[in-house]
Amino acid sequence: MARPVQYNTKVKTVEIPEGYSGEGFFATSFDRVIGLARKNSIWPLPFATSCCGIEFMATMASNYDMARFGAERMAFTPRQCDLLMVMGTIAKKMGPVLRQVYLQMAEPRWVMAVGACASSGGIFDTYSVLQGIDQVIPVDVYVPGCPPRPEAIIDGFMNIQQLVHNESLRRRHTDRYKELMTSYGIE
Amino acid sequence: MSLTNEHIKQRLADKFGDQVSGFEESFGVLSFIAPKELNLKVMQFLFDDEELRFRFLTDLTAVHYPDRSGEELAVVYHLYNFQDRVRLRFKVYTATAAPQVFTATALYESANWMERETYDFFGVDFVGHPNLKRILNVDEMTYFPMRKEFPLEDPLRVDKDDEMFGR
Ligand code: SF4
Repeated sequence: MARPVQYNTKVKTVEIPEGYSGEGFFATSFDRVIGLARKNSIWPLPFATSCCGIEFMATMASNYDMARFGAERMAFTPRQCDLLMVMGTIAKKMGPVLRQVYLQMAEPRWVMAVGACASSGGIFDTYSVLQGIDQVIPVDVYVPGCPPRPEAIIDGFMNIQQLVHNESLRRRHTDRYKELMTSYGIE
Repeated sequence: MSLTNEHIKQRLADKFGDQVSGFEESFGVLSFIAPKELNLKVMQFLFDDEELRFRFLTDLTAVHYPDRSGEELAVVYHLYNFQDRVRLRFKVYTATAAPQVFTATALYESANWMERETYDFFGVDFVGHPNLKRILNVDEMTYFPMRKEFPLEDPLRVDKDDEMFGR
């Protein structure tokens, strides 16, 4: 007779990073281990202002379930988050708010622009809409679509994971990064 | 006896003579044109009169007619009489070069935000308004976006390739 209570046999684990292993020890670089840990426990900060936000809700819900990627924990305080997900139309008046939220995030931080509006202003080519959030903050991954399907958002998210995994731990000390920040007038 | 449009028209004509003009009726609402210097006098009359009693300002906005030189901007007032349930509309015209119109805030509190909005989008300068600054758009905006001389599309965009947009 089958046991009435089952336990999960389909536990998924990530692969061991490259390194040397022997009896009782395993040696690898911090870069790899920390990259691995960060990649699989991203805390996203959803900044959803309009229709793309609804698509994001579907992405978070059980069918698509972004929690599978270790991004279970949505946080709504920028101080705790690594990934700013901007979904929706950003009005020019919202620009400074968005920038403030970005500034409050601690390094390392990544930004994902979801949808045509966040990436380029989309169909709202008017006096009141910011023509892409990259006018006020740097963006790492752009997801096209109006709105993008949840698969596309997840694809964008996986690209962020690649960045998190492969970038140097001390990205913020590189000259290139500093230059980028200066070009946005951010310390 | 309920208030008829003919009666309102008669009362206005008696009071202001041929200074009020352009009477017309659309969808049962009487509308007319007043000179901009008289906008407050007309409103005060409509407000105070025991018979007319237009004591509520439903809407206030502007329209830009670029072709009517010398009176490009029309400020439109929608008034309402609660007791008799009668609506009334009137316009005053002003030039974009001199967009000064007296504020209605002393008479109708509701004019405050609506005049700020009208200023924000059309640049109508309401003389005597207690706090005339932008209400919806960013403060740094240097133009009045609903005026027709400003392009619909964001002129600041640099990434637009005419070839790709079929122009
Ligand atoms: S890109 Fe499309 S779906 Fe997304 S916020 Fe803009 S208009 Fe809405």
